[in-house]
Amino acid sequence: MALLGASGSGKSSLLNLLAGLDSPSVGTVIVEGQSLAGLSREQLAKYRRHTVGMVFQSFNLIPSMSVLENVELPLRFAEVERTKRGAMAMSALEKVGLSGRLKHRPIELSGGEQQRVALARALINQPRILLADEPTGNLDSRTGTEVMDLIRQLNESLKMTVVLVTHERDLAEKYARRLIFLADGKVVTDQPNSARTPAGVQS
Amino acid sequence: MKLYDSIELAARNLRESVLRNSLTTLGISVGVASLVAMLSLGIGLQQLASRRLQRSGLFDSIVVTSRRNLRSFDREQEESGPAPAESPDLNETARLKIANVSGVVEAYPDLRFITEIRFDEKPHLTMVAGLPYSSKDGDSFEGMQGKFFSSTDAHEVILQKSFAAELLGKPSHGAQEINVAEVARPLLGKQVVMRYSERESTGSDAASFSVISHEMTLTIVGVTDLDPDSMRGSARARVFIPQTLIEGMHPMQAYDMRTSGGGTSEQPIYGDVVARVSGAGKVDAVEQAIKTLGFNTFSILDATKSMRRFFAILDLFLGIFGSLALTVASIGIINTLVMAILERRREIGIMKAVGASDADVRGLFFAEAGAMGLLGGVCGTALGWIIGRVINFGTNIYLNRQGFPPEHIWSVPVWLVAGAIGFAFVVSLLSGLYPAARAARLDPVQALRYE
Repeated sequence: MALLGASGSGKSSLLNLLAGLDSPSVGTVIVEGQSLAGLSREQLAKYRRHTVGMVFQSFNLIPSMSVLENVELPLRFAEVERTKRGAMAMSALEKVGLSGRLKHRPIELSGGEQQRVALARALINQPRILLADEPTGNLDSRTGTEVMDLIRQLNESLKMTVVLVTHERDLAEKYARRLIFLADGKVVTDQPNSARTPAGVQS
Repeated sequence: MKLYDSIELAARNLRESVLRNSLTTLGISVGVASLVAMLSLGIGLQQLASRRLQRSGLFDSIVVTSRRNLRSFDREQEESGPAPAESPDLNETARLKIANVSGVVEAYPDLRFITEIRFDEKPHLTMVAGLPYSSKDGDSFEGMQGKFFSSTDAHEVILQKSFAAELLGKPSHGAQEINVAEVARPLLGKQVVMRYSERESTGSDAASFSVISHEMTLTIVGVTDLDPDSMRGSARARVFIPQTLIEGMHPMQAYDMRTSGGGTSEQPIYGDVVARVSGAGKVDAVEQAIKTLGFNTFSILDATKSMRRFFAILDLFLGIFGSLALTVASIGIINTLVMAILERRREIGIMKAVGASDADVRGLFFAEAGAMGLLGGVCGTALGWIIGRVINFGTNIYLNRQGFPPEHIWSVPVWLVAGAIGFAFVVSLLSGLYPAARAARLDPVQALRYE
């Protein structure tokens, strides 16, 4: 599913609402049948930890931590046993196609590699929903395509819903099964992507 | 997040801006050091003072006086017990009663008189007092030259060093500067002649007596460095003879004239009786028990009570001054952590986005504050200890130049070390409260907004 719209149309705000990072002043956010409005701050943190994973345009890796430590970070908050963390992080990195340079700091990696690290971090707690905010915005088109291919592959192999925020209509039409257009904070159209979606497949 | 993870992340963050955090920690160290320095000076001075008092050997003694004693009349009267006119005489019966009070090791009459001591054909006027054989092991004979009396009634004498100096024709004032070994050497084993007046009863009435003058030759066996009779103030004796000997002499006492009018009993009446207590801790209780017998009491502990109050106040003020530096340091912690929040806004936002709860973020900042406090506390205590050692060393060099023995004016007990580190830790955590709460409240959406 792709959220489309010009800048300021409210697509990122909607994503933040879905992530439980923000709360709506009017209305309720319902994810998997559960209203986020009724959750405490602590429960919202738990929701972000286990139900959703996030990737951002600017990667948002912690610069002082190595690749491996960045990927492991959510496991610390999820209180996963220290001994299991290494293997889990490795397997997440494997899924995004990274194996070397694990001790390097994010700044030493290319943009595409950094976004893969961010993806691995988003996947590590096996979320059911991946929220991607302009994931290709800081990448050249070739790397952007690689990352998007990877996201699609994860969507299919892990049976994980992907919500993609983008202002690039081409990208959305190429990868998403459902397109939602936003303008001034309102949904303009919500339609299946005729270019891609085989009938009956839910995103 | 588990505590271990918080600490690990905190340590990582502290290392990231090592200069700023080191400076903050240094601030805490200096604060703790000043606190430790101030308090250990207070404790050291207090210990020095009580050591001095303890060495006087009178810590466990109570002086008992009769309420009938003229000396008591102009004193403030005890509220409990009988009025002076009805109170019992301080005589042999009373002495035995006092000796039987639980906790009292012995009770002996304090016998003293001013007389003439002849040495080398020259007369010297001084106060002579009896000294019980049991005081042999007292601290007041620390550093004494020669030895204690050979028996309970030996014809022997122990001199205070200022009197020994006087006998040798040296100036006897400035007792501190007299070298005891120097004045003892020519005197030990020599003989002095003591003149005294025996009080001899004439008939059954104790009130009438005659006075017979005697002379007694005594051998000098010891010269004391300290002043065993310091509690007596201006009436203190500088010549001591065995208690049993002085009791057998029935010397005329200064108060004999005063009590003669009212003395109706057949027993001699004592001016004061000294009760020795088995430990300084029991002095209070024994004093109370003797007061209910109808006598007045005085002990050094009464005097030390006010001393202890003085030191409690001194410690309090030194502690407050020391704490001021720590307060400044804790503001440093707040400042450093608030700066760290501004600097790490994005990082906090990321952590929240990947599932950190408010408590996780708060815990992280707390751990940072605590780590700085703990480290600062340990370094500061060490620093304070070193400062103390240096000042102690310097003071002793000064004391040595002035010809005084070295003193330990600096004391850092274990509880102070633990207390200072714990205090620094707690103060740091308190300083971390506000920054931690602020970091936890940070809005992740704003923190993550693309910059």
